[in-house]
Amino acid sequence: MTAMDNRIGCPICDAIYTLSPEQARGATRCRQCGYRLTLGRGAAIARVVGVSITNLALMSLVIFMPFLDLRAGTFHNRASVFDAILGFSEGIMVPLSIAVLGFILVLPLSRFLLLIYALGPVLMGWRNFPQAQLALRWSFLLKPWAMAEIFMVGVAVALVKLAGMATISVGPAFWAFAAVVALNVYKDTFMCRNTLWTAIDTNT
Amino acid sequence: MDGDRHEHIVTARAMGQVVCRSCGQISPMNQQRCARCGERLVSRDTHSLQKAWAWWLAGLIAYIPANLYPMLRTTQMFHTKESTIVGGVIELMHHHAYGIAGIVFFASVVIPVGKFLAIAYLAILTARAHRMDPHRLLWLYEIVEFIGRWSMIDVFVVAILTALVQFDVLATINPGIAAVCFALSVIFTMLAAQSFDSRRIWDQLRGPSVHD
Repeated sequence: MTAMDNRIGCPICDAIYTLSPEQARGATRCRQCGYRLTLGRGAAIARVVGVSITNLALMSLVIFMPFLDLRAGTFHNRASVFDAILGFSEGIMVPLSIAVLGFILVLPLSRFLLLIYALGPVLMGWRNFPQAQLALRWSFLLKPWAMAEIFMVGVAVALVKLAGMATISVGPAFWAFAAVVALNVYKDTFMCRNTLWTAIDTNT
Repeated sequence: MDGDRHEHIVTARAMGQVVCRSCGQISPMNQQRCARCGERLVSRDTHSLQKAWAWWLAGLIAYIPANLYPMLRTTQMFHTKESTIVGGVIELMHHHAYGIAGIVFFASVVIPVGKFLAIAYLAILTARAHRMDPHRLLWLYEIVEFIGRWSMIDVFVVAILTALVQFDVLATINPGIAAVCFALSVIFTMLAAQSFDSRRIWDQLRGPSVHD
């Protein structure tokens, strides 16, 4: 079994390698296709769980605080992130509203919860929670569908479009959301599949 | 140039084994699911091209109305103006917002069209043995996978504008049906890219193996 444990396969091009424990702790790339087999980031689990908890707290701010505030003459409109989601809520566009809700709130939130659930026990020295493997696998699967950072670029474009016709001020939710996006990018640089899977696998 | 470097590379399939695409664990060929993470194991996804083409076509079908129908309906002083994706870009250029016009044009026109071409190119090329540089092909595939989701920008812009600009008579912005078509097109092409089995790039370079 130990001989098998040192081996790792490249999911992109199917090449297989034997990594010594020293190599597995460092950064390695597939020699054939260049895929990053291991990222070699120390304290990966603590950072992934820590950032996930922080982002969870920040996301609760995003949901309950005002996001943007628009003024044009005597007219005044305050919009939260939910208002942006409800933008498509008339008639035939309801499914799009649900999709936007998923892309910018539900899926990013789910990823944080899944990562805390799967890796929290490893960090605390507890036994794995039931289905921890399923939780970690889904946190990787959902990654392309969590689009919080794309939403923020969309916000920037919308603000420029409106800059001529109205005065816009940003609320606390805007800054909280910006922080979530930045922290999430930082967290993903620590998401070394090999490290995380080995940690869950060896935690009994 | 990389000829001798590749001689030491052993694929899992040649060893009668399967690499888990979720966690990288190596299992025997006949095993159904990965013992470590529970992912379904397939040495090669034999239907990958069929699936990729199906999603590709669905994405293309959705992309046509996304460009023909209005994305935004702006009502100002009882006068309603409808603008399509390209119309919105042109309007931004009239306001001299060239940078933003560039971002929207890139996200809504260049990325989707480039993605259709790139996925079709990869699917046609890897349907049979090829002599292309696999690193180039992988680079193309990774760009498609990484950048494809950014097309969603325009859908989010419409959502935010709709939420913000609701001033009764003065000005209201409402989404047009093209927003739904465009979002569907982005989702379908993301699924097309995910269905493509990247291992084909190397398999087809070496030529098809005798036994699978």
